[in-house]
Amino acid sequence: MSESNSVLRHARYVVSENPVTGFAFAMFLLIAFAALFGPYIVPHDPLASDTAATLQPPSIKHWFGTDQLGRDIFSRVVVATRLDFAIAISSVILVFAMGGLAGIASGFFGGWTDRIVGRISDTIMAFPLFVLAMGIVAALGNTVTNIVLATAVINFPLYVRVARAEANVRREAGFVQAARLSGNGEFRVLLMHILPNIMPIMMVQVSLTMGYAILNAAGLSFIGLGVRPPTPEWGIMVAEGSGNIISGEWWIALFPGLALMLAVFCFNLLGDGLRDLVDPQRRT
Amino acid sequence: MLGLIAKRLLLAIPNLIGVVIITFLLTRALPGDPAAYFAGPAANKEAIEQIRVKLGLDRPLPEQFVRYVKELAGGDLGNSLTTGQPVVTEIRNRLPASAELTLFGLVISISIAVPLGILAAVKQGSWIDHACRVVATAGVSLPVFFTGLLLVYVFYFLLGWSPAPLGRLDVFFSAPPQVTGFYLIDSLIARDFGLFRAALSQLILPGVTLGVFSLAPIARMTRASMLAVLGSDFVRTARASGLDTRTVILTYAFRNAMLPVITTLGMVFSFLLGANVLVEKVFAWPGIGSYAVEALIASDFAPVQGFVLTMAILYVALNLIIDVLYGLIDPRVRLEG
Amino acid sequence: MAKRTPKRTGAAVARDVPISMPLLEVRDLTVEFATRRGTVRAVEHVNVTVGKGETLGIVGESGSGKSVTSFAVMRILDRAGRIAQGSVLFSGVDLTTTSDADMRDLRGREMSMIFQNPRAALNPIRKIGRQIEDVLLQHAQVGNQDVGEHAIQMLEQVRIARPRERYHAYPLELSGGMCQRVVIALALACRPQLLIADEPTTGLDVTTQKAVMDLVVELTRERGMSSILITHDLGLAAAYCNRVVVMEKGRVVETAKAETIFTKPAHAYTRKLMRATPRPGVSLRDLLPEGDSSRAPASKAPGTRRATGALLTVEKLVKEYPRKREVSLFTRLFGPKPPIEEEIFRAVDGVSFSINRGESVGLVGESGCGKSTTSMMLMRLIDKSSGLIMFDGEDIGEIPARDFARIPLRKRIQMVFQDPTDSLNPRYTAARAIADPILRLDDASGRDVRARCEELARRVGLPKELLDRFPHQLSGGQKARVGIARAIALKPDLVVLDEPTAALDVSVQAVVLNLLQDLKDSLGMSYLFVSHDLNVVRLLCDRVIVMRAGQIVEEGPTKQVLSDPQSDYTRELLAAIPHPPV
Repeated sequence: MSESNSVLRHARYVVSENPVTGFAFAMFLLIAFAALFGPYIVPHDPLASDTAATLQPPSIKHWFGTDQLGRDIFSRVVVATRLDFAIAISSVILVFAMGGLAGIASGFFGGWTDRIVGRISDTIMAFPLFVLAMGIVAALGNTVTNIVLATAVINFPLYVRVARAEANVRREAGFVQAARLSGNGEFRVLLMHILPNIMPIMMVQVSLTMGYAILNAAGLSFIGLGVRPPTPEWGIMVAEGSGNIISGEWWIALFPGLALMLAVFCFNLLGDGLRDLVDPQRRT
Repeated sequence: MLGLIAKRLLLAIPNLIGVVIITFLLTRALPGDPAAYFAGPAANKEAIEQIRVKLGLDRPLPEQFVRYVKELAGGDLGNSLTTGQPVVTEIRNRLPASAELTLFGLVISISIAVPLGILAAVKQGSWIDHACRVVATAGVSLPVFFTGLLLVYVFYFLLGWSPAPLGRLDVFFSAPPQVTGFYLIDSLIARDFGLFRAALSQLILPGVTLGVFSLAPIARMTRASMLAVLGSDFVRTARASGLDTRTVILTYAFRNAMLPVITTLGMVFSFLLGANVLVEKVFAWPGIGSYAVEALIASDFAPVQGFVLTMAILYVALNLIIDVLYGLIDPRVRLEG
Repeated sequence: MAKRTPKRTGAAVARDVPISMPLLEVRDLTVEFATRRGTVRAVEHVNVTVGKGETLGIVGESGSGKSVTSFAVMRILDRAGRIAQGSVLFSGVDLTTTSDADMRDLRGREMSMIFQNPRAALNPIRKIGRQIEDVLLQHAQVGNQDVGEHAIQMLEQVRIARPRERYHAYPLELSGGMCQRVVIALALACRPQLLIADEPTTGLDVTTQKAVMDLVVELTRERGMSSILITHDLGLAAAYCNRVVVMEKGRVVETAKAETIFTKPAHAYTRKLMRATPRPGVSLRDLLPEGDSSRAPASKAPGTRRATGALLTVEKLVKEYPRKREVSLFTRLFGPKPPIEEEIFRAVDGVSFSINRGESVGLVGESGCGKSTTSMMLMRLIDKSSGLIMFDGEDIGEIPARDFARIPLRKRIQMVFQDPTDSLNPRYTAARAIADPILRLDDASGRDVRARCEELARRVGLPKELLDRFPHQLSGGQKARVGIARAIALKPDLVVLDEPTAALDVSVQAVVLNLLQDLKDSLGMSYLFVSHDLNVVRLLCDRVIVMRAGQIVEEGPTKQVLSDPQSDYTRELLAAIPHPPV
């Protein structure tokens, strides 16, 4: 019985048990599809403005309506998927690598590693996180790279805390001692015995953080940090549409906002589903 | 108890030091020439040089740091380019607006989230339980600025129940005489009920926006914590001793369940203070968040740095209060010392 | 035990029990639980009676339904459980049809319960005096003014020293034994007629266990209370109860007087349990169920040695830990310096002994005596503070723990752990777990490794099919076998066994102990058997070492130490073991 076969079978079992997870996974595929192929299949050019057709409500021609410059909102929303998705994934990968490793080392080895990592983590946590992200982007420069960096920095303490707690709990567990008795040196124990047990929980964190990273990037763009017009990005599109809410042109801000909400919701649901998949406790 | 406070204070000091160092680094990490940033986009070469010397940007870094700390201690956060006013004055003037908004939002969210979480845990599997879980999962997915805009559209544009989102008071009203800076309290002190109603009606939408935002994590934590406590051994003992339901839930379960919730409050405040900035922008609220955002747009950096520093110090103080509160409730903290 | 009585199908009821109006009568009780896999019957057609002033023991292994029965009586079942059938008559009142409000009245006032794990049973953030008051006030036993005094009186009755002071204590400030006394005080505060004790001494030291059981017996006899003692230990039940009920898989299989349950058990399962209980005067083989007695007797009765020569020598071994003291900065800077002794805690205080080749040495003591720390140092899992550890002529004490994992000597000293669940990596199959030492310390690969795993599985009696399962798919006994297979994979010279059967059911323990003895003989290993259970040590070990507070108080051949102890402490330990009436 090959390992990959049973993983697939288990995936099917989890999805059938929990339709919500299946739904979230389908949403995820949709988002990924939009991110990868969106720019090639949208009906209108997201940057093309048409002064004759500004502020049009949703219609057959423009499914989500047009904005103040006559740009098709549907195309912009779909194309924006790529940017938001890319920002979220890059920052999560960055913080997973740095925060996860720092946390595991800190929880497993203790001592000075723990103290230094703890000090860095505490210093970051002393700030309200979004405010710190604002400060970092404002200081380092108004670019998308800096949004990724700022998001990674503010998520660092969370990853460290989760990884550290998991490594710490297992540090003196029976099977870890047994691994030492079987001739595993400290690093092998960390890699081969502790890490595989921590992965499920870290996976859940990754999915949840994806949602939070998207919200963070959108929030920063909303107040004018990072993404600059005319780049389509969900946060900045909501900002562009916010002025029109009082005059009743709801579609400019609503659709990017809905897209934002759905993406984050999907990642949150996926986090729970992922945990079921990776955790062998649930295998029958 | 004084010992507890003193100990927590001591632990907060390294955090304060860290905050000061980071904000200093942020001010000096600007790409390009910091002096040019502080001089503003309209400055010529001479003006930039003048600023450089004036702000001591030509001195070695450690010396700059000492100067920075001295200025902070003296309450000097620099001057705003656009208004020419000292940053610290403007922040002090605008702080009550933000504080009132945040506290109002927090009160709304706690008064809904905590009972909801408790009921969901006590009546597991009921509709309240499901509602709580939906609220918790959906709530964390909603972008706070989107919620704000949605509420404005529905309650101002469609229903006309709320006034225009244009700040703390309608143009027809003037602010009450300053006692606390909180319009709700000050108008009551001045016995001006019309003013109170006006201030409240402006406060409702942004307050509810913040409330909805912080509802989810608090409800989720309350429910989870309450469930864990209700399943614990000592609650089983309480039940086996025949203690009535009210005693079991309130005296035995609730107090213990609140401990993790209080710890969560620290994280909730972190999110709230950030969300504050976004909500202030949506509702044109004259607080320190919008102060910073306006300064950002104008590339005026001193207010932004002052804002970050103020928020951080505020947050450290809030965490201190939360820690002390936790220590008061949980004797284990006092005893293990 | 010589004559074999024919197997009986129904529950065997003793006929000479005095018939008085029973206080509690459980009739045909059936309890069901709703689980993911459908409805499970935890308890089926159970009949139990408890007379006035009687102490009844309910004995069974895990899954027997003994706890569920008592939870059903008290009506504190989980949400998923319900009483499907039967009645529970308490002084004539059927508890299954009583309203919730009336049940709350009865609980604590007429019938109460104490549980395992006493510290967790108390509210951690409420003073213990207040917790007792809550119960008194709830059942309107006492007015507000007197309730404090009453609480203090209860604390006195359960023998807590300085009750007035302790009234203000929080659970974390008390020891495990004291916490259990507080729980007993809570249960007896309103003078109930029935006390149910669900494994009240599991996890407690044997001397604390005796103190708690004696207290419970004394208080219940004093007040003419009835009590039910639920336990997995047949010996404990037989020693402290009037009558004993034996349960298996949710059914009652036998009910008899305490004297007869041990001497003349009627049902086959009771016999199996009784045989499996380690006690003086039997050998290892006697623990096994009757059919298995046909196996060849253990090749060496304990007390004889084969090869000679010391394999492991320990001299003046010490392990110190700095005591964590949170002193305020002010005091640290300006206060007087605390004395050195207060700053350091000596877990192991100058211990010297040796283990010979082929010998089985028992290391006994209560919790906190330093036996586990000593064995950890021998295993080279932690470093010593000072002293000498010589293994087969080499000074292994000098090699730091973190380097020891990768040297060839590692192969020769291995360990079997206490908790089989905790000692297996949840993400490794049984085969992978057993293979780990082979892969790391022996140059073997692929098919060779698999063959060796299968051979080891056969040796420890683990069916081959189970090798590809994960720990959560194995039973406690199977997990224990995996742990043993892993430990003997490289044919070590010395195996340290840290309470290897403490977490197992007594019948499984019997099999595992025999397995351990057989393996030792066939592979010529030496054992260091760390345990708190003197009866088990008696069966398995040639010599025994008794430790207390980090020091050795007595050592010698097992037979000698356990029949004629020299030190007071050993005598105290032996006296604390429950003596079933035989």
